[in-house]
Amino acid sequence: MTKQKEVTKTTYQLPIGPIHPALKEPVMFEFEIDGERIIDVDVSLGHVHRAIEWTGMRRNPIQIIYLAERICGICSFVHPFAFVRAVENACDIQVPERADYLRVVHGELERICSHMLWAGVAAHEIGFDSVLYLTWEMREKALDLTEYLTGNRVTKAILTIGGIRRDITKEHIPKIQETMKYLKDNFEKLRKVYLDDKTFQIRSQNCGILTYEDALKLCAVGPTTRASGVKKDVRVDQAYAAYSDLDIDYMTPDVLTGEVNGDVYDRIIVRLLEVKQSIGLIEQAIDKMPAGDLVSEPKIPKLLNYIKKTAGEGIGRDEAPRGEVIHYVKFDGEHEQPYTWKVRASTYNNILPWIPMLKGEQIADIPIVAASTDPCMSCTNRVAVVNKNKKYELNKEQLHQLSVAKTRRLMR
Amino acid sequence: MKFSMLPQVFSQMFKKPWTNKFPAKYQPSSTTKFLKDVGEGKAKIIPPVETPKGFRGKIVYDKEKCIGCKLCIRVCPCGAIEFKEKEKKIKIYLARCCFCSQCNDVCPVNCLSMSDEFLLSDADKHSKDLIVE
Repeated sequence: MTKQKEVTKTTYQLPIGPIHPALKEPVMFEFEIDGERIIDVDVSLGHVHRAIEWTGMRRNPIQIIYLAERICGICSFVHPFAFVRAVENACDIQVPERADYLRVVHGELERICSHMLWAGVAAHEIGFDSVLYLTWEMREKALDLTEYLTGNRVTKAILTIGGIRRDITKEHIPKIQETMKYLKDNFEKLRKVYLDDKTFQIRSQNCGILTYEDALKLCAVGPTTRASGVKKDVRVDQAYAAYSDLDIDYMTPDVLTGEVNGDVYDRIIVRLLEVKQSIGLIEQAIDKMPAGDLVSEPKIPKLLNYIKKTAGEGIGRDEAPRGEVIHYVKFDGEHEQPYTWKVRASTYNNILPWIPMLKGEQIADIPIVAASTDPCMSCTNRVAVVNKNKKYELNKEQLHQLSVAKTRRLMR
Repeated sequence: MKFSMLPQVFSQMFKKPWTNKFPAKYQPSSTTKFLKDVGEGKAKIIPPVETPKGFRGKIVYDKEKCIGCKLCIRVCPCGAIEFKEKEKKIKIYLARCCFCSQCNDVCPVNCLSMSDEFLLSDADKHSKDLIVE
């Protein structure tokens, strides 16, 4: 009898990223693998820092709107929207009612585009490319409408401080109604493909589960948290713009299926329901829109001088397609440029939930689970500490000290 | 439900493709020769998709109307506008322009407007086509 070969049980480390075909944007994962199972995950960020806040502190608020628009290519309405709301909050500028309704229309149109883009990408991640084209064919209609209303497909340049720059007139309405009808007619087709198809069900059900407790504990935002059953939506919780006048409710998966699992399948359900909700919101907003001014102060030099004289700080929150976006702005009353500008993109909160989602899954599930939170890395990267061209990390204590020092500096 | 995508596939097979074959149906073997032929009227360009109303393209500058108030320079997000001290007129570098049309809004005499011209790519960022003055 030969001596049995001793088998050592060790885990392996598998690095994925920063540049990897399955990840659309640079992010680095370090997996601890046992066979096919993921035992531990570590995420490291900081590969696409663009110094946007630093650049913004050297520009006046009107210029920053267009800079904020470029934080994210897909959220090109919500970022300037949050910034503009922060400035309006800091300087106490009132927005006309019609502008509030127009902002809702553009915000919801962007949500439709973003969720459809995500649905297509999710289909692509599990290798179902024909659905990617099917979804994006529908998304193209929504993008055409965006171009028709704002003059451009992506960078809309439609917001200004105290209002909105372009109106929706009577001649625009037939095209809006036509597009909404097209989206509603085709929604059933989309729902069938995503929710009834076997390929989707076997890949997404019971995969990447985020429990209700974890979602609360890790402060997940947007569809990621709503798919786990947490009722959290800035549009309802702290209704801004014209959302308080519209019929809107939290979209959780139990609306459709009656149960909450918190898996990838539920995230698909939430996003599809939100597309339907957005179509309804646009129609409501168009119906209820009152007549009136578009901006409270049409003379931009006057507005800039007013902001220059105002000292104060403001916060702008709004619900991006990915979750809550927060912009913080402070003016010192002497300069046109903000004294500080801080952005918290929604993906920042949705990074930590990756860890409970990925633990225990297979390697092949990494792309779809990672994509299911709709990550947007370049929006998230806000801090990079560089010393003598060497990037170094800060531990919790040092970060805390830096944070305290910054608070003291701002309070001065 | 095994072949649920089949009807879609068949309907797609007989649909006209969305792609607009701009500027020619097939890629010409020599682009310069093709453009030369177009100039001489021998070949024809397939026109691009029409731009919507309100499209923001190349800036048109009415030099006569301009009063040199520098407001456009103050609001331009990308610093694309330069002031010519001697003439008291402006010079716009389109290579830097982000086509937000904020300068159009702020201009007190409406001497700036957006055209629908969008074919602006050039190897040289200081070429004649990319500077409006």
